[in-house]
Amino acid sequence: MSADAHDHPNFFQPLPGTKGGIASWIFSTDHKRIGMLYLYCIVAMFLVGLTLGFLIRLELIAPGRTIMGPQTYNALFTLHGVVMIFLVVIPSIPAAFGNIFLPIQIGAEDVSFPRLNIFSWWLYVTGAVLAVVSLVTGKGAPDTGWTFYVPFSAVTTTNVDVAVIAVFILGFSSILTGLNFITTLHRLRAPGMTWTRLPLFCWSLYATGWIQVLATPVLGITVLLIFAERVLGVGLFDPSRGGDPILYQHLFWIYSHPAVYIMILPAMGVISEILPVFARKPIFGYKMIAFSSLAIAFAGSLVWAHHMFVSGMSDTAVMVFSFLTFVVAIPSAIKVFNWVSTLYKGSIRVEPPLWYALAFIFLFSIGGLTGLVLGSAGTDVHVHDTYFVVAHFHYVIFGGLGFGLFGAMHYWFPKIYGRMYDKRIANWSCLIAFVGFNILYFPMFIIGLQGMPRRYYDYLPKYAEGHFISTMGSWVLATGLLLMFWNLWRGIRHGKPVGRNPWGAATLEWMVPSPPPHHNFEAEPVVTHGPYDYTGVKPDA
Amino acid sequence: MHEHRDYEGAKIGMWLFLFTEVLLFGGLFLLYAVYLHRYPAEFHAAGKDLSRIFGTANTIVLISSSLCMALAISALQRGKVLLSQRLVLLTVAMAGVFLVNKFFEWSAKIGHGIYPNSPGLLALPPGEMVFFNLYYLMTGLHGIHVIIGGAVLLYGWRLMRAGRVTPEHFVFLENGGLYWHLVDLVWIYLFPLFYLVV
Repeated sequence: MSADAHDHPNFFQPLPGTKGGIASWIFSTDHKRIGMLYLYCIVAMFLVGLTLGFLIRLELIAPGRTIMGPQTYNALFTLHGVVMIFLVVIPSIPAAFGNIFLPIQIGAEDVSFPRLNIFSWWLYVTGAVLAVVSLVTGKGAPDTGWTFYVPFSAVTTTNVDVAVIAVFILGFSSILTGLNFITTLHRLRAPGMTWTRLPLFCWSLYATGWIQVLATPVLGITVLLIFAERVLGVGLFDPSRGGDPILYQHLFWIYSHPAVYIMILPAMGVISEILPVFARKPIFGYKMIAFSSLAIAFAGSLVWAHHMFVSGMSDTAVMVFSFLTFVVAIPSAIKVFNWVSTLYKGSIRVEPPLWYALAFIFLFSIGGLTGLVLGSAGTDVHVHDTYFVVAHFHYVIFGGLGFGLFGAMHYWFPKIYGRMYDKRIANWSCLIAFVGFNILYFPMFIIGLQGMPRRYYDYLPKYAEGHFISTMGSWVLATGLLLMFWNLWRGIRHGKPVGRNPWGAATLEWMVPSPPPHHNFEAEPVVTHGPYDYTGVKPDA
Repeated sequence: MHEHRDYEGAKIGMWLFLFTEVLLFGGLFLLYAVYLHRYPAEFHAAGKDLSRIFGTANTIVLISSSLCMALAISALQRGKVLLSQRLVLLTVAMAGVFLVNKFFEWSAKIGHGIYPNSPGLLALPPGEMVFFNLYYLMTGLHGIHVIIGGAVLLYGWRLMRAGRVTPEHFVFLENGGLYWHLVDLVWIYLFPLFYLVV
C-alpha cells in the first residue's frame, strides 16, 4: 500500500472522520464500493451455480438414477440456469468491473446517478433473495427451465410466481445500470476524452447499456404476463382462452437473445483491453472494434426467432431470421480478426490475463462457429434442443463471458487490491480450467449430433460414454476454478504489493494509486493520447 | 465537495427511462396487434361493450392534466412558484378523477361478470376473451402508472414547498412532467384501441 495511505485513504479504508463499517458499504454511493459489492455477490452466486452444475453432471455420469430423483433434477437445472444467467452472467462484468472502472477510465469522479447505482445493487440483492425464497417456499422449487416456457410454466404447481418476480426485479436492476452507464459516457468524459479515445471496454459497455435499456423491459412484461396468467388467470398465452403460446416465445426471445449480447459484449471489451497491453502495441482496428460492438447490439436485436425454427413459424420468417443470424456473425468475426492482428508482430509478454484472453478467443471461436450450425435453418432441425445447443451455449457464455470475467479479475486485481496474486498458480489454474472445460463440453457436441436431447434426466446407453467423459471434465474444471479463486483470495491477503501500473497499460485507471483513493483524481485529468498508445509507458512492477 | 448538478445528464437519464416504459407497454401492444389481426370480428364486437362516454371523459381529463403539467413547468421557469404549485396540485387532482372514473368503469364491467377468469368471461368466444384480458391488463398497467405518476408529482409539489425545486433547479419537476406526458401518451393509444375499434 502507498506511503501516503494516511492522508489519502484508499477506497477500502474509511473516509477520514468516519468509522466505516458495513453501512458505509451497503449504503455507499461510491462506484468503486458498489462495484466491489457486486463483485463479491457475483462470485458467491457463481459458486452456487457452479455447485448446481456440478451436481447435474454428477447425476448424468451414468444412465438411470445416480444421486437424485427426476423432480430434483428438473429443479436443479432450472436453478442453475436462473442463478447463472440472471444473477451471475448478466450483471457480471458491467455491474462489477464496469462500475469500478468505467468512471476512472473516462476520467470521471463517479457515474451520473450514484444513488440510482446503489439502488440497483439493492434491487439485485432483493432479486437474489427472492430467487432463494422461491426454492424453499410454495410447492417445490421451479422446474420449468430458465426460459419459463408456457404452457408448462402456467400450469406447474411449483413456485414459479416468486421466481418470475425475482427475474422482473433483476431486470429492473440491469436496466438502471445500463441507463447509468449510457448517461455517464455521454456526460462525464474528462476534457480530451473524445469518443475515439474511449477505451474499448467503455465502448462495449456503451453498446451493452443500450441493449439493457431497450431489451430488458420486454422481459419485464413477459414475466409479468406469466405472473398474470398464473395468479389472475388472464391466459393471454392459453389456447383455450384464445391465446397463442408461440407469442410467449417471441416475447421471451426478443429480450433473451439480445441478452446474450449483454453477456458477451463486456467480455469482448475486456479482451480488447488486455490484448494490446500484453502485445505492447496499439489495438488493431480500434474504430472497427468499437463500431462492431454497436453493430452487434443492433443486429443482435433482430435475430430472436432463430430460437424458434421448430416451433411452427412460416418459412419466410425462418429464412429471414436465419439470414439475420448470419449477419451478426460478421461483427463478431471482425472483433476476432482484429484481436489476432493485434497480437501479430507484437512484443508479447505472457502473463495470466493474456492466457485467459487467449482461452477466450479460442473457446469463443468454437462457440461462435457452432452457433452458425444452429442459425442455419436446415441443420438446426437436426440439432435443435439437443446437447449440441448446450455445448454451443456454454462455449459462448462460459468459454467466452466466463473466461473474459476471469481475465478481468486477473487483469484488474493489482489495481483493485494493490497486490499481486501468484502468477505461476494463476497460469496453472487457467490451463487446468481450460483443459477441463473442453473435456466437459466438447463431448456434448458429439452426443448432441447423435441426438441426445437437452434437459433429459435419463438417456440411452449409447450416450453413456460421452456423458461419462463430460462428468470427468466437470471435476477437472471445478478443480481449476477452485484453485483460481483460492489463489486470488490468497493474493488479496498476502500478495506482493504493487505500484500504480504493474502491466504497463495506458488507460487512465492505471494512472491512479492502487487501490484507488476515495476520490479518483486529485485534479480532473486532461487526456492527450489514445488508450492504447504505449509510447513511454513502462510497467512499474 | 461541491454538489454535482448536470441537467442535461438528468434529462438523458429520464428519456432513457421513458424508452424502457415504452418498450414495457410495447410488449402488450405487440400482443394486441397480433390478436386484433387474428380476431378482428370479436374485437369489434367486444369493443362495443365498453363505455365510450367513460373513455372519452377520461381522455379529456388526462389531456387536460398534461396541459396543466406543462403550464406548471412554464410557470416555475418564470418564477411563479405559487402558481406552479397550484397547477401541479390540479394535475394530481385530475389524475384522481381519472382513477375514480376508471374505478366505476371497471366496477360496472366486473358487476356484469366480465373479469379475468370469471365464468362470464370464459363463456365468451375466444377472441372476446383475449380482448377483455388485454383490456384489463393494459388499462390496469396504465392505471398503476397513473398512480406512480401522481405520487411523483405530489412529491415534486412537496419539494417545491420545501424550496428544493426552484425556478433555478426545476429538473425534478421537468422529469416528473415528462413521465406524466408518457402516461398521457400511452392512454392516447389505449383509448382508440379499446373504445373506438368498433
